[in-house]
Amino acid sequence: MSSAQIEIQLIASLVAIACAIPGTFLVLRKMALITDAISHSILPGIVIGFFITQDLSSPLLIILAAVSGVLTVVLVEFIQKTGLVKEDTAIGLVFPSLFSIGIILIAQNANDVHLDIDAVLLGELAFAPFDRLMMYNTDIGPKSLWVISIILLITIILLFSFFKELKVSTFDAGLASALGLSPVVMHYGLMTVSSITTVGAFDAVGAILVIALMIAPAATAYLLTNNLKKMLILAILFGVISAIVGYWTANLLDSSISGSMTTVLGLIFLIVYLFAPNKGLFSVLYRQKQQRIEVSLLTFLLHLGNHEDEKERHVKHLNEHINWQKVQSKSVLNLALKNNMITIDNDIVSLTKKGKNFTSEAIDYIITNKNAEIENMKDRFFLFRG
Amino acid sequence: MDTAIAVQVDDLTVAYNYKPVLWDIDLSIPEGVLMAIVGPNGAGKSTLIKSILGIIKPIAGSIQIYKKPYKKQRSLVAYVPQKGSVDWDFPTTALDVVMMGTYGSLGWIKRPGQKEKKASLEALEKVGMLGFKNRQISQLSGGQQQRIFLARALVQNASIYFMDEPFQGVDATTEKAIINILKELRKAGKTVIVVHHDLQTVPEYFDWVTFLNVKKIATGPVKDIFNDDNLTKTYGINYKVAINK
Repeated sequence: MSSAQIEIQLIASLVAIACAIPGTFLVLRKMALITDAISHSILPGIVIGFFITQDLSSPLLIILAAVSGVLTVVLVEFIQKTGLVKEDTAIGLVFPSLFSIGIILIAQNANDVHLDIDAVLLGELAFAPFDRLMMYNTDIGPKSLWVISIILLITIILLFSFFKELKVSTFDAGLASALGLSPVVMHYGLMTVSSITTVGAFDAVGAILVIALMIAPAATAYLLTNNLKKMLILAILFGVISAIVGYWTANLLDSSISGSMTTVLGLIFLIVYLFAPNKGLFSVLYRQKQQRIEVSLLTFLLHLGNHEDEKERHVKHLNEHINWQKVQSKSVLNLALKNNMITIDNDIVSLTKKGKNFTSEAIDYIITNKNAEIENMKDRFFLFRG
Repeated sequence: MDTAIAVQVDDLTVAYNYKPVLWDIDLSIPEGVLMAIVGPNGAGKSTLIKSILGIIKPIAGSIQIYKKPYKKQRSLVAYVPQKGSVDWDFPTTALDVVMMGTYGSLGWIKRPGQKEKKASLEALEKVGMLGFKNRQISQLSGGQQQRIFLARALVQNASIYFMDEPFQGVDATTEKAIINILKELRKAGKTVIVVHHDLQTVPEYFDWVTFLNVKKIATGPVKDIFNDDNLTKTYGINYKVAINK
């Protein structure tokens, strides 16, 4: 690996981490769309800052961009508060307006400045190592590496300092406010950090893909854990994986680094969405199927309990009586047999003692579902799962 | 009988988009009562609590907790919001939610430690939820979630408790358990203020009541003012329907 390759991967990883942290809270606050808005509407801030400084990584540019990011949030909330339109409409109104101002500014001055729309939208990580930061005539590394490192450092310090405030204001803003832990300050703090991070990442991945870096890792992590700290760690991990794998994919295909990173993120999400242990699609389908069989089994046992008549309990006629298809009857029958709930004697099905007890307990459970004391029984009710 | 006033509300008016939801409310809540706030939907019951707690800014009026503004008395007040006001899919555990009750006394930046954890575990035990401390909150039933919220208020160890519909969507057992805890709080000299929907249980559960419908209709001891006259004024002629619901 050349030093430029290492530098690119380092920048990409740091950008991914810096995005994943505010992104986690944005996802939990159901504010994913606002990232989209911020990432577009910081453009006029960047352009104006660029006109003044002629430097894409100047601190002034970052400050101006952050200001226009926060301005977006303020404008969206202002329009929303009039009660005339809903939040999504307000977002849809604000950011294209600000973005288009940025586009016009770029287009008008296209001949004088080295800032073009492609770079703004998509970013170009491959060029990052060319723009070096010099100090006392010594090369101390790529500028964007320094920018994103400082932003990430600030983000991490803020995260550690205000973790509990962020958590409570995200989960229960009313309580946070009553406790005197101003959710408004947290809200605008998070918006400011998101805006600044977006600017920092902008250079590397552009306005559109920065949204993916904020939202996708957090959304993926959300499917895998019920713990906020673990969610943050997982989101960061997915971000870094996408940065490294994305870089080498781009290298292999000789294609866009940011595009590859986002594609990797999308693939990771897809895999987790399908295979996550509890919230994943297959796991949910499997659970539903299990529940269906459990209910069928219960119906079957109930039927046996209710009918003394042998005709009603004949193996061959069961499917007629409960109106099931053969396959279902067979799998339910097998399940009941396997768990010693029934005995079959001369093709006549009878409940065992265990089967009888289980049926009456299960009925109790279903009827008194609301009762907290029933909690232990729930485990036994599902004992034959799997 | 000369008891202290725990909460004093004067000339409180609250408006959303210039439309008043609470109009010129005067209210004195004596220390040590277990009070229900009743009124039809949209009467401003939750808004009243939220304004007292400074969550909503009133357009007029003043609020005092033991003769001082709320901001100076935060540590004396605990709050249980409506269960539906939070996202129960939030990635956290029952114990963690209860520990949020300690955040107020901790103040900014400081983190909860062993002391806060111990207090939270005790509160969980009081509401009969200790066995669920590590359960993810979305895996709890409605009644259990309400108990968690109650434990979170208990851990604040306050003098005044505000609760927004703590009986909403809970089963009979949980309702009994919650009201017993509230009665214990009153016995310990605390003031408990509850937004309540079920008019039938008012005389059984509470000793003080406030009728509210945008304006304050009446406030006082249940045995003196919980009558047809005030119910009609608050709910209109259909209040019997409201009772039988």
